[in-house]
Formats: sequence, structure tokens, C-alpha cells
Amino acid sequence: MTTTVPAPRAAGGRDGAFAAAVRDDASLRRFLHGLPGVDHVGVERRSATLATRSIKKESKLQALDMAISMIDLTTLEGADTPGKVRSLCAQARRPDPDHPEVPSVAAVCVYPDLAGVAVEALRGSGVAVAAVATAFPSGRSSRAVKLADTALAVEGGAGEIDMVIDRGAFLTGRYGAVYDEIVAVKEACGSAHLKVILETGELAGYDDVRRASWLALLAGADVIKTSTGKVSPAATLPVVQVMLQAVRDWHRATGEHRGVKAAGGIRTAKDAIRHLVAVHEIAGADWLTPELFRFGASALLGDLLRQRRTQLEGHYTDRDHIGGA
Amino acid sequence: MAAPSWEYAPAPESAALANLKPAYRPFVDGEFVDGGGEPLKTLNPATEEVLAEVGTASTEDVDRAVAAARRAYEQVWGPMPGAERAKYLFRIARVVAERARELAVLETLDNGKPIRESRDVDVPTASAHLFHHAGWADKLGYAGLGPDPRPVGVVGSVIPWNFPLLMAAWKIGPALACGNTIVLKPAETTPLTALVLAEIAADAGLPPGVLNVLPGAGDVGAAVVGHDGLDKVAFTGSTDVGKEIQRRLAGTGRRLTLELGGKAANIVYDDAPLDQAVDGVVDGIFFNQGHVCCAGSRLLVQESIEQEFMELLHARIETLRVGDPLDKNTDVGAINSRPQLDKIVDLAAAGDAEAPGAGPAPARCPNAASSSRPPCSPAWSRPCAWRARRSSARCSPC
Repeated sequence: MTTTVPAPRAAGGRDGAFAAAVRDDASLRRFLHGLPGVDHVGVERRSATLATRSIKKESKLQALDMAISMIDLTTLEGADTPGKVRSLCAQARRPDPDHPEVPSVAAVCVYPDLAGVAVEALRGSGVAVAAVATAFPSGRSSRAVKLADTALAVEGGAGEIDMVIDRGAFLTGRYGAVYDEIVAVKEACGSAHLKVILETGELAGYDDVRRASWLALLAGADVIKTSTGKVSPAATLPVVQVMLQAVRDWHRATGEHRGVKAAGGIRTAKDAIRHLVAVHEIAGADWLTPELFRFGASALLGDLLRQRRTQLEGHYTDRDHIGGA
Repeated sequence: MAAPSWEYAPAPESAALANLKPAYRPFVDGEFVDGGGEPLKTLNPATEEVLAEVGTASTEDVDRAVAAARRAYEQVWGPMPGAERAKYLFRIARVVAERARELAVLETLDNGKPIRESRDVDVPTASAHLFHHAGWADKLGYAGLGPDPRPVGVVGSVIPWNFPLLMAAWKIGPALACGNTIVLKPAETTPLTALVLAEIAADAGLPPGVLNVLPGAGDVGAAVVGHDGLDKVAFTGSTDVGKEIQRRLAGTGRRLTLELGGKAANIVYDDAPLDQAVDGVVDGIFFNQGHVCCAGSRLLVQESIEQEFMELLHARIETLRVGDPLDKNTDVGAINSRPQLDKIVDLAAAGDAEAPGAGPAPARCPNAASSSRPPCSPAWSRPCAWRARRSSARCSPC
């Protein structure tokens, strides 16, 4: 049995079009398992075809700038220091000092305890501060600790919260628990945007990616995000494609735009452009904005800047000139 | 939520890669010869400009080619051990792979199909097919045909314009691997890659007469398939012509293989992975501009998912990029010839008459030059779909 996406145009979740789907654990399970399946041969074939798109000249330059403006410039290391975060923020504001026309990135993404440092460093720049929370990256802690973690990030001034779902609960079929947790974190976010990390590398295939995407959307995720970056594989084109189809279907059903963030493993401009092609042709041109599509990356920015200079100057720039972040 | 518009800049493959020559000639008995027929001009369907002049065969040329093929079969190719035949075929397959880019561009120029398809499908598949059959040449004793299978003899073959090089490889590969010789007539509108394949065969040292390529129109085709010097006829093309050949060969004792049009139905049930089913339908009917003998020209959808499925399908069709076949981002190229385009326009009109206003697609049809994506000659047709009111309708179910 397939659950077709119903037509009414109202907000999703508990009070909206999908109120019946999220009533209890059983309804949630019925709904998620009633979603159309994903044929892995077909989805990978479409991704491979989209990857052959040849983006050249002015469309490439536009894509490079678009990709830069969509980056969540990320540092999530145990060795992070306030100094490192400040220098990352300087790069986020003005990615290529020799070329002031290069757009700033969308956000800087840090651990919650460093959110305040980033907020200070980015004041007035228009660059958002995102903080990971909820016992990132594993999500293995109590609800209370996760909410406290979220509160720490919000108090630090983070405007965007990147939470992880409880994969253990998801994989054992306790969808209600995952849903409730997202709802609780969303509430703790207040006005901050909530990105929900599915950690697709730990899920069991594309059907799971679709179910987890819908689960997060139902629970109020503003953005669904592939990965923490700590697990491989992270963002792959077919996985991102399935998630883009989920937000497209959500929009068809509710009229609401929700975003996607591809995080982890995207290191080259070429790969980033392939993702933009997927966004363009699968979700649609509406999603080609930093509000609705993000790259979670650290090394990507350097390659985008190198490629940008190559486009303008006709020769490559060496690694010493523009390094990785 | 205003996203910036992002158009893909033109990314054309260079036409110069095709090494196009001003004139091409028939290949008979190991040589390119002046055919006795009236030369034809082959067009680039995307621009309707003349690509090259191609010599065609007369009845005498057909006789000479069949005689040469007979001689080659009896004296050289038939008696040759399979392992030796394989060496020639492997060589041809390798050169097809090496010259893949040139062949892909030439195919796109002559046929109008997008370079993405000729590059990623037609040419690599043709080469793979030749490799495959080359490998069989010395293993025929183990193919389930008995311990010592014999070749049939001289094969006459007529192929269509939808996959010119690939169809040539489909005919030549197995025929030659099994020890037969062949007289091949490529389609009138797409003779060029088969003639380059003949050149590759000649360069590979294939003995004279084993492969003969005779360009020409239907009359040459009729002379080939009706020739009484053949042992077997293999035809890929229209059902009508196939029936004609079948009548012609009935009672002659000559063997016949026909691969004819079989437009088929896609069937989608409510438990299908919908997005991939949509892609399957799109690939099924819009691949190669729909010029596929088994194109999925009909769509049967379970009623419970009809509305959602058609919404997704129409949205997906919107993303197809119609335009310059040489552009690497083109999904749907030019229609191969005027008569084909007329047929499509006619069917589109039938679709509109059958189901006026039955969905967003018909408004985008038929065949107007695409305004957003130049260049456009008259040889373009927008992809579209109709919802039929009765299953006997000519279009969609046509």
C-alpha cells in the first residue's frame, strides 16, 4: 500500500495536513512505511546522468558564487580554539580578500561552547552562526542533556541549530521517540532555525533516508541534513537526491519550502556543482538559495575560490595561495 | 523566496571532431567505389544543412557486393578458424573504442541525437557489442549449437536510422563472428558512421568482401533483401517493410530475422517507487527522441496514484532540455528527418483532438521552435504527454 501525498495546503506536523500521520507511534510507522519506496538502481542512474551535466563559463562562475554563499563553514574538532573560530569567521566574512566581490558564506558552524565567540566575530556581517547540539555527533545521551546542549547553543547566540536524530531509536523502529525528540529540540530552539541531521551513512538504504526525511519534516525541521561529517559515507548525490525529493514532495503537499543541507565529503567545486545541478533539476530553481540549500564543508571553500580565480584569470592558483580552511 | 535564475551556458562538443569529409562512397569487395546510383545528400537534422554527399549503390553494385561476399565466404572467411576471425573483430572493436569521440560526434551530426547519448550509449555499446561477439568466435562449439556449428553463408542486412552505428554493430558482430559475410545497407538519412565502420574494417585488414556497405534509399534496400544470392536476411526497421520482406522471402528457403517496431506500454502500480518509475517512463519514451523500436509510448497507471504520478511526470518532462544535439547538456535533440517530424506533428494533433486541455503538456506541443533554448531549426519537437479518454485512441495509445 502506498500512501499518496495528500493535497491540502496547510502547515504539516501535529496541527496540519499530517495530523493523523503523527497521532501515535503506530500511525507514524504506517505513514512512513507507506511512503513510495526508492529504487536504488534508478536513483543512482539519475544521479549519474545529472553528474554528466557540463557547467561552463558564466554558468560555472555563477555556480561557484552560489556554492560559496551556501556554505556552512565548519570546524568541529576537539582541538577547536577561540582563535581558530575567529580566523574561520574572518574567512567566512570575506572568503577571498583579493576579490571583495566574492560573497560571504551562509554560516559558520561550531560546537555550542564556541557559538558565542563566533557570534562576536561575525556581528554585522550577515553571516549566521550555526551550532551543533544534542550530543553531536552520536546523539547518545539523555533527552535532558540534549536539550541542555541545545539551550547552551541558543544562549550562545546561535541562530541555527544542527541536531542529530537518535539513529538507535530510528533503526529499532521507535519513530515516535525520534519524532518527539525533534519536536522538543525545535521548541528549545525558539526562533533559531533547526537543521536535523539524519546521518544517512548509518541508515539502512534509500528507503530509510526517505522515511527519516519525512519524519524530520513532520516534526518541524526547517532543514534536513545528510550527515555529521564524522561518518562515511556522508553526502552522496543519490542520498541528496532522495532528500531533495522529500522537500519537493513536502512543498507539493503543504506549500511550504523546507531546506536541505549536504554535509560531509563534498571537497571539490566539481562535486559542489553536481549537487547544485541536482538541486536545480530535482527540487527546482526555488531551492537555489542559501535559505534552502547548504553545503556543510570545511575544505570545499578553498577549492571553490581556486576554481573561481581560474575562471577569471585563466590559470590555476597554487595551494599556498589559497589553502583549505 | 526569489532564487536567482541559473541557466546552463552552451557546452557544445566540437563538430570538427567528426572529421567530416565532403563525400563518402559505397564499400564493396574491400574498396570504396563510385556507386552506380544517384548520389544522395545527408543532412544535419539540427540545421538541415548538407553534411556530405554520399554515393549510392545501383542494382549492379548490389550484385557485385553479393558476389564478393559469396567469394569471401567460400574462400576465406567461412573456412577461417574462429580464433583467427576473432583477431579481426577484436581489432575493429578496439578501433571503434579508440575513435569513439569522432564516431559520437559524427553520429550526432548525421542523426540529430544528443551527444550525451551517442557518447555514453551508442558508441561504447557498439564497441562493447563487437568485443562481445569477437569473444564468441572461437567458442561457438560451446554455445549450445552442437560440437561444430557451421555459418549460414552470405547475409543481407538493412538497418534503420535510429541507432546507425549500433545497429550496424548488431548485424556485423554476430554475423562475422560466426563465419558469415555480410552486405549491409545503412539508412538513407544516416549512412555516415556505417561507412566509417567500413573504413575501420578495411584498416583492420578485414579480407575483401567480408563486409560490404551499400548506402541508398529503399530501392537499394529492396535489391539487397530480395537478392537471390543471399542465404539469410536480417532487417531492423518498420513493421510494414518487415511484412513486405517476409512476403518476398516466403518459400525461397532463405532465412530471415526481423526486428520491427513494438511500441510498448509502461505499467505503473501503486506500490512502485514513484520517482524512479517516472524516470523509467521518461527514459522509455524520450530517450533518443523516442526513436526506439520498443519505446514506451503508452502509459497505464493504477487509478489510485494517477493524479500524483501524472503531476510528477509532467514536472519531470519540464526538466528535459531540448536543443542543440551537440550541446553536452541536451536531453532531447533533433528529429532525424522531415517525414518523421511530420508524423510526430500529426500524432500531436491527434493527441490534442483526443484530449484537449487534458493536462499541461499539450499546450507546449507540437513542434514549435523552442524559444528559450536556441538554436532551433524546424526539426524540433517538444516532449509531451496526453491523457487518453479511451484505450483505442491513436495518441496517446497510438
